[in-house]
Amino acid sequence: MENIRLWVEYFWEQISGFLLDAETPVHKLLLMLVAIVLFVVVMGAILLAVDRPKRVPNWLVTAAFAGPALLALAFGLVYPALRTAYQSFFNRNGQEFVGLDNYVTAFVQPEFQVVLRNTALWVLLVPTLATFFGLVYAVLVDRTRFEKAAKALIFLPMAISLVGASIIWRFVYEFRDAARAQTGLANQILVGLGLEPYQFLVNAPWNNVFLIAVLIWIQAGFAMTILSAAIKAIPDDIVEAARLDGLKGVQMFRYITVPSIRPALVVVLTTIAMTTLKVFDIVRTMTGGNFGTSVVANEFYSQSFVQGNGGMGAALAVILFLIVIPVVIYNVRQLRLSEEIR
Amino acid sequence: MTTNPAPPQAFATPTDPGEVTGGRPPGRGRAVEARAERARNKLSSPWASGLAILIAIAWTVPTLGLFVTSFRPVQDIRANGWWNFFAAPRVTLENYREVLFGSETSLAQYVLNSVVVTIPAVIIPISIALLAAYAFAWIDFKGRNILFVAVFALQIVPIQITMIPLLTQYVRWDLAGSFWAVWLSHSIFALPLAIFLLHNFMKDIPPSLVEAARVDGAGHVQIFFRVLMPLLVPAVAAFAIFQFLWVWNDLLVSLVFGSQQQVAPLTVRLAGLAGDRGETWHLLSSGAFVAMIVPVIVFLSLQRYFVRGLLAGSVKG
Repeated sequence: MENIRLWVEYFWEQISGFLLDAETPVHKLLLMLVAIVLFVVVMGAILLAVDRPKRVPNWLVTAAFAGPALLALAFGLVYPALRTAYQSFFNRNGQEFVGLDNYVTAFVQPEFQVVLRNTALWVLLVPTLATFFGLVYAVLVDRTRFEKAAKALIFLPMAISLVGASIIWRFVYEFRDAARAQTGLANQILVGLGLEPYQFLVNAPWNNVFLIAVLIWIQAGFAMTILSAAIKAIPDDIVEAARLDGLKGVQMFRYITVPSIRPALVVVLTTIAMTTLKVFDIVRTMTGGNFGTSVVANEFYSQSFVQGNGGMGAALAVILFLIVIPVVIYNVRQLRLSEEIR
Repeated sequence: MTTNPAPPQAFATPTDPGEVTGGRPPGRGRAVEARAERARNKLSSPWASGLAILIAIAWTVPTLGLFVTSFRPVQDIRANGWWNFFAAPRVTLENYREVLFGSETSLAQYVLNSVVVTIPAVIIPISIALLAAYAFAWIDFKGRNILFVAVFALQIVPIQITMIPLLTQYVRWDLAGSFWAVWLSHSIFALPLAIFLLHNFMKDIPPSLVEAARVDGAGHVQIFFRVLMPLLVPAVAAFAIFQFLWVWNDLLVSLVFGSQQQVAPLTVRLAGLAGDRGETWHLLSSGAFVAMIVPVIVFLSLQRYFVRGLLAGSVKG
């Protein structure tokens, strides 16, 4: 008996070792294959079990199809979200109930107020400016000979990671004192204009604007893609009628293009706003949240995983969620409106 | 919705009364000409083309600068700006060799981690979401609409709000810091959008096709695999690209659930490099491009699917 127990334990250790501690490249790739095969086998077995048109009750088929997704969502999104909301009323190690203290701190303490101000700045500037650049560019290159190539240029930043983009822009903002040759493009331009080099990422509060520029740079491609498709869908007769009425250039843009693509504009603005709220990679990679540049998403990470203040982190996550809601409601209402009009 | 290319128009124009009676050019052709003319007008305006070129430059030069830098020798990078490269070009691959295989950074290992993290994190959520989307689109069951709206609403939950409890759970199950925690998290976070998108695509398939199969005695499993899957390939491709880019480029999920050296993907290592060794531009530049090359290739070669997914995702809603 004792022997068998030892053998079982030994095998269990081997298996869990294989599954949990992949160190060599071969081991990692093997583990990946095992995971995929395991997944396919389990899902296949479930489907095979319900693949008998008559004998299996309907609810079982439904459970087989929708069950895995709903279970995963309940386990990974719904429950943790509720749990976090609950935790936000507790102190840093989750032992002591503190009521609304964490929220009060978030809104009253000066350093958190800076975080909230920065977040507001991000949510105002990124959607509007990214949409503005995307829209202007989409209109300018619409139906020109270089449209495809020109769009790809703006579009490409969307493919790269925010970390990569942050490194690209940190290099642009690189600072050296005036005595040395500049290596950052932005400071080289300043020096070329006869100005002093500037610490773009250090000098508050303007450093926030230079961080925001990075996300605008990334999101403009998204705005351009959606808006360009909307512009192409404007009925030809409307455009032509306006042209016969003598509308040109900027007027055409103001009175025909913009009103015609209003629903798409709303979607783009709100989608970018929601993305902006959750972005923390840029702040983390470029300044680490120092020099008064932190935003709620970054502060959440710092409080939860660096400072070990679980309650505060949870409160910030809840605040993040609460800020998203009005944006979503606005989005849904606008969609309803535009559907009623049609 | 607005961004759809509005096929009804295309069908309507031939029956345009003007065209039937003849005597003037077809309406649609004329409109296209008008547009072409408009485009010519636009290009002839120097302000407009100047602005377009300015935007295009602002959007490419930062990347170009880092790209050029990644091929310059270390001494050159330290000595002066990348624009000097064009005056005296000196090219080296040493930066890439060092960043990939040098003992300090050994990015090659993290490239592998990125691959190992990404592939299952794309396959698993798409499969689960396909099944769920099918249930929401084609199986009648009680509470279907409410459940679907709930799943749709979950899209707005910031993943930050789930992280501390999830991490606690992974620690309890001894999964923390393994690939499993990262795979599981990415899969779960992808589900709401995936289900919603794929459901939309499935609803676009004519019900008569599904009905016909049902009359022939096919069960849901057969309908799913034989009738729907072949038609859904573009939709799956669209979402797969989304998810691929999202996972490959993600920093937050990996930082929280898999930042150990064994598991950490490229983004985590690069962010770390940028934090600790912010001045080593020969490593940062080449490292950044190592991380970018895969998503850019995927993106450029499958751009069409990506755009389609983008349009379906944000405007159909």
